[in-house]
Amino acid sequence: MMKAQFKENTRLYWYKFSRNKLSVVGLCIVLLSILCAIFAEVITPYPQHAKEFVDFNQASLAPCRAFICGTDIFGRDIFTRLIFSCRGALSITVVVLSISVPIGVFLGLIAGYYHGTWVDTIIMRTADVFLSLPSLMLAMAIAAVLKPGMKSSMIAVTAMWWPWYTRQVYGMASSLRNEYFVKNAELIGASRLHILFREILPNCLSSVFTKMALDVGWVILIGASLSFVGLGEQPPTPAFGQMISEGARYMPDLWWMTVFPALAIAFIILGFNFFGDGIRDMLERGR
Amino acid sequence: MNELKQQTTVDSKILSVKNLRVYFPVEGSKKSAHKYVKAVDGVDFFINEGEILGLVGESGSGKSTIAYTIMGMNKPKEGSILFKGEDILKNNDKRSISFKKDVQIVFQDPGSSLNPFQDIRQILKLPLKVHKIVSKNQLDEAVGKALDRVELPRNFAYKTPTSIGGGEKQLVSIARALCSEPKFIILDEPTSSLDVSIQAKIINMLLKLHDEQKLTYLFITHDLSLMRNISTRVAIMYLGKICEVAPTKTFYTRPLHPYTQMLLSSIPVISEEEEELKPKKVVSVGEIPSPVDIPTGCSFHTRCNKKIDICSQKDPFMREVEPGHFVRCHLA
Repeated sequence: MMKAQFKENTRLYWYKFSRNKLSVVGLCIVLLSILCAIFAEVITPYPQHAKEFVDFNQASLAPCRAFICGTDIFGRDIFTRLIFSCRGALSITVVVLSISVPIGVFLGLIAGYYHGTWVDTIIMRTADVFLSLPSLMLAMAIAAVLKPGMKSSMIAVTAMWWPWYTRQVYGMASSLRNEYFVKNAELIGASRLHILFREILPNCLSSVFTKMALDVGWVILIGASLSFVGLGEQPPTPAFGQMISEGARYMPDLWWMTVFPALAIAFIILGFNFFGDGIRDMLERGR
Repeated sequence: MNELKQQTTVDSKILSVKNLRVYFPVEGSKKSAHKYVKAVDGVDFFINEGEILGLVGESGSGKSTIAYTIMGMNKPKEGSILFKGEDILKNNDKRSISFKKDVQIVFQDPGSSLNPFQDIRQILKLPLKVHKIVSKNQLDEAVGKALDRVELPRNFAYKTPTSIGGGEKQLVSIARALCSEPKFIILDEPTSSLDVSIQAKIINMLLKLHDEQKLTYLFITHDLSLMRNISTRVAIMYLGKICEVAPTKTFYTRPLHPYTQMLLSSIPVISEEEEELKPKKVVSVGEIPSPVDIPTGCSFHTRCNKKIDICSQKDPFMREVEPGHFVRCHLA
């Protein structure tokens, strides 16, 4: 019975998700970029070009059959480096979301449940401070203070990301705490942990997941911005933003050095946003 | 039926409320700091073990506030609440775990009193686990028994609240309230958001459980006809005060407070016989005043058809006019 129920649910979710064809396109792009990130060595024609590599014989070549996106000034294949860039972009998203979401949700849950007390004030005012600063500025400031690199850009983006979840969950939790099922659990004598994580949290999760799915694109974009100003992944490891800023110096003669990374970013972010919309359609109440 | 119930009533108070006052400050009245909504304003009553006390009143008269204050959801300004002879307000308004086991509440809206993200099994397990009613490996069996008690099929355990009807939800709420083997249940308008056909089913279920489990009910409603059929005693509230308390039969045949007379005469009836049973038609005038500005003297004098001079100046005391029949009126 349970298995049939599960199958039924899966079918319903897939129906809701796939009603919008763009969501399916988004899902394909997401899967494609994940596969690229994992199997970069296998897919790419010149995996050695993602590391330190110089061959001036093939430098600055326009897109041709051997190098479909052209080569940069050191003779490295742009296509190979783009595929490898997916790694950094996706790993920053995974790390940032898997740290900032639990923290943000947990703080929002507590602040919402203790609505109107000093706990609420401390947590929400702190979140407001973070929210009031322009997020990219904040991330740049943090990343610049720390040693530039992947790790510090992850820390920077995480630090600016949690308050959004705190605020979202806070709003839901502070209204859910007045629902009778929460009151009833309190009156029965259930523990605080039970009330927070079993009664309130499940009611917030679908909107958190939706927000996560929609946020992936933004995290990639912020990560790319940081690496554009040189605060992200350090060369020779490739990253989208860093490739664009490198190529920008040779515009418009070596246009392929800038255009292809930019297109790649647009493509991936678009894909993740379509995917996020699909997740939202899927988790939203009502049919 | 009612007389029989009255005779079997044992004279041991399970709950007694004395001079209870619950005030809520009015939002945005910081300058005039004395502005309060006087939701409950000096209420005395008691409930004997095994009784069904009906608490009746208009919307906004403070019925639910009394219930929530007993449960500990509101802080009273004044007064005491004794449960089984113990003052439950003394420990900084925190209810003891044994109180949480012995006293349960069923809310009006079954839709929001069950968590939509849990299945019925999880919902019913909570009180069983918190109060350690059964050992861990017997939880599923206990859930099944809880469903049997309210005559729901056992496969309901795997359903979610979103997939069952309103009446069934209320039955699940009742089953949950019974899980901790309570002595006393507050029913806060348990049927008023349900279909009439389901109402009867729920009421019969509640009466059956009352006899089977030896429970005591505080039954809050605004349905006077319903009260007549189920309660042993009736208390009527107006603007945070209790106007009249009487055994059900006396209450319906010899009401003394003008407010009670007004309400009883406005019950719609079908036959001539019923019409004769009712007190003579009293025209109901006006609306319930705001609980922020309670009229001076007797709070009912603005709508009372028997008003005399003293009514607008002095608030009457609760008097026992005959054994068990309390009235708060200058004329009684």
